[in-house]
Amino acid sequence: MSVRLQRESFDIGAELKALRGDNCDIGAVVSFTGSVRGTVGGGDLLSMTLEHYPGMTESELRLIEDEALKRWSLEASLIIHRYGTLEPGEDIVLVATASPHRAEAFEAAQFIMDYLKSRAPFWKNETLRDGKSGWVDAREGDKSAEERWKTS
Amino acid sequence: MLDQPMTPNSRNCKILYFAWVREKMGRGSEEIEIPSSVLTVGDLIFFLKSKGGEYALALENESVIRVALDQAHASRETKLGQPREIALFPPVTGG
Repeated sequence: MSVRLQRESFDIGAELKALRGDNCDIGAVVSFTGSVRGTVGGGDLLSMTLEHYPGMTESELRLIEDEALKRWSLEASLIIHRYGTLEPGEDIVLVATASPHRAEAFEAAQFIMDYLKSRAPFWKNETLRDGKSGWVDAREGDKSAEERWKTS
Repeated sequence: MLDQPMTPNSRNCKILYFAWVREKMGRGSEEIEIPSSVLTVGDLIFFLKSKGGEYALALENESVIRVALDQAHASRETKLGQPREIALFPPVTGG
């Protein structure tokens, strides 16, 4: 169970191996990796800079992970999110979940990403190859993706 | 007696700004004295916007502005209380 916020890239294979460790009760590991696209709405991307809210970012990611652990019985979980300036093709975020059977790991990973998208305080600023730059607008679909997990 | 507030229950709070709110404000943080009449997050937005200038510009489209009190998400109805830190920012776009 861990949350990491870092400027550096991460090695997905090494992270998943470490997540599993020597836990023989893990029968399923699900991971999601989000990466920087080279083509965005406005044209070709040169770079993307992620701003965040130091302190709140870490606590919000921990809250999201805690909520996932309450809802699903996971053997292990990991959230890594990068900040700073990234280029097309670079990875931004890694979410991994491990459980005895696949359903819990799949659902928990999707829940964590949906909540992260609408609650973790990150903001993307894109710089295009033609020199233009601007803040990325939030997508309406991200809010509805969060809302489908609401418990009554 | 140092730092007596101007009016009872008014409070000095640190306010942080992020992303395009920060750019429109021209600064990332500041200390602001918040009057006792400001009871909720909604009141705070109204109070800041009424200061005009960069505040009015940054909060022009006020319905999209998100607020955190002491690093936790707050709604417009949330009681302001005595936070150490307030943050104003656009909808988040991480992941």
